Amino acid sequence: MAQDSRGLSPEPVVRVRDLTRRYGERTILDHVDLDIGRGEFVALLGRSGSGKSTFLRALAGLDHGVPGSGGFEAPDAVSVVFQDARLLPWKKVVDNVALGLGGAAPRERALRALGEVELTARAEAWPLQLSGGEQQRAALARSLVREPELLLLDEPFGALDALTRLRMQALLLDLCARHQPAVLLVTHDVDEAIHLAQRVLVLDQGRFSVDIKVDLPDEPGPRERRFAEVRAHLLTSLGVTERELRRVA
Amino acid sequence: MADLSLSNGRDVAAPSRSSWLGRARPRSSAGEAALRRRRKLGPGPVIPYGAALGPVLLLILWSLGSATGYIDDRILSAPWTVATTGWDLIQDGRLQDNLWTSFVRSFWGLFWGIVAGATLGVIAGLSRIGEYLVDGPIQIKRAIPALALIPLLMLWFGIGEGMKILTIALITFAPIYIQTHDGLRSTDARFIELAETLDLSNAQFLRHVVLPAALPGFLLGLRFGVTYSWLALVVVEQVNATSGLGYMINLARTYGQTEVIILCLAVYAALGLSSDWLVRFITRKALPWRKILAD
Ligand SMILES: Nc1ncnc2c1ncn2[C@@H]1O[C@H](COP(=O)(O)OP(=O)(O)OP(=O)(O)O)[C@@H](O)[C@H]1O
Ligand SMILES: [Mg+2]
Repeated sequence: MAQDSRGLSPEPVVRVRDLTRRYGERTILDHVDLDIGRGEFVALLGRSGSGKSTFLRALAGLDHGVPGSGGFEAPDAVSVVFQDARLLPWKKVVDNVALGLGGAAPRERALRALGEVELTARAEAWPLQLSGGEQQRAALARSLVREPELLLLDEPFGALDALTRLRMQALLLDLCARHQPAVLLVTHDVDEAIHLAQRVLVLDQGRFSVDIKVDLPDEPGPRERRFAEVRAHLLTSLGVTERELRRVA
Repeated sequence: MADLSLSNGRDVAAPSRSSWLGRARPRSSAGEAALRRRRKLGPGPVIPYGAALGPVLLLILWSLGSATGYIDDRILSAPWTVATTGWDLIQDGRLQDNLWTSFVRSFWGLFWGIVAGATLGVIAGLSRIGEYLVDGPIQIKRAIPALALIPLLMLWFGIGEGMKILTIALITFAPIYIQTHDGLRSTDARFIELAETLDLSNAQFLRHVVLPAALPGFLLGLRFGVTYSWLALVVVEQVNATSGLGYMINLARTYGQTEVIILCLAVYAALGLSSDWLVRFITRKALPWRKILAD
């Protein structure tokens, strides 16, 4: 549960307390608590409609006018990557990355960020000329160039094909290792969550029903066993029955 | 970690580049493939200058009809009569003079229409109060046919150039206002969210998101406005004028000169088509990011 993790992360950058959000009669988030440590990579799973996006949008400060209570502390430097890349079609890729960027030499920094996602060659292209994966890489560059302390990702790879998704996941891990933001990744994909995150949450009935440290060992054998264990645990808590699990696994 | 990540990053990009080439190559290779690639559904392939086909056909029918006497010269003059009349009118300068007068009227009417339409559109589009103040009267004005306003405008402003330009401006500003207002109001909510997450200031939001998003709307309004400016010209010049294309038409009607009427209609058509082409050209230049969709 969330309380367990509180002791484990000495220096949380995100501190959510008693957060409640309602749409009409339905309570989507029900007195939720959560701490995310500095540089911690957290994945958030949950059935469709369980309120993952609602939670993420609350942290991003995008849920104006949604009734609710409770509060949270989040750093000033928060970046969001949406499922769609959300590039302004009337701006060249590099200008999209540099959009609203303060400080010195924004364009140079944008170009460097594009270099990090291997898009330097497409810097002067229009967003509509990019493939889906390239667009999402540009969106990643746009969020990382701001050096966020907290990176919020709402199913960023959901619209990509399996191969591109794999490469994007690897890229995301590398970038996070380099920039060390705290990450909250909303995803449908249990395997993706285990592979990428240090800690996985499951949102169910407005609460975090699971809060588990992944801790994959390095040796291949134990690693596989641990992976299967976590996976089964997560799938079960997402409502997959023992029988279904045995049929497929 | 950095080493590992760099090589990984390179891995990410390389296949995507080669797959791009891989897709491009077979397409251009075989002629047989090109044949198969032809679209089965849809209107069919593009023919160069195909758009001229219909008008040319009409012209041929018209010439044949006139030459064989099927078309009465008093109803519709022959093409060559129209052409020689045009030549004569150019020789004695009447066509250019009237055309120029009409053009200047249209130009200034359209100019003020653009200024008013864009200004009011921005006011109504950017502020709620502005919308309350501006939008109502404009909707009311729009509900009144422009022709019905002319008597009042004549009483107020006389029958001089000012009244003509004002009428044209009144007619042209409406579509520009509507499209600009609409464009500003319908900024994609996703981009508003993006602007929030990027912490854009109000000015940055306007400059980078709202105005570019509204530009296609404004240009569409402009296209309507230009077309309307010629329509409005016809209205003001046929009601009360002593010069201009509309005046020429009126005079020709009095003397039963169909060739002059048709000549003026042809000039209207040329003006309308070329100004529409001009606006489309401006649109293409102003929205380079959209061109790639059409290609
Ligand atoms: N603007 C809204 N008005 C009313 N109800 C809403 C609104 N946005 C979301 N909801 C409801 O809140 C619930 C949670 O939505 P949310 O988008 O957070 O789900 P999610 O977990 O992100 O689902 P998915 O995995 O499909 O993206 C859903 O049942 C949805 O119908
Ligand atoms: Mg969602």
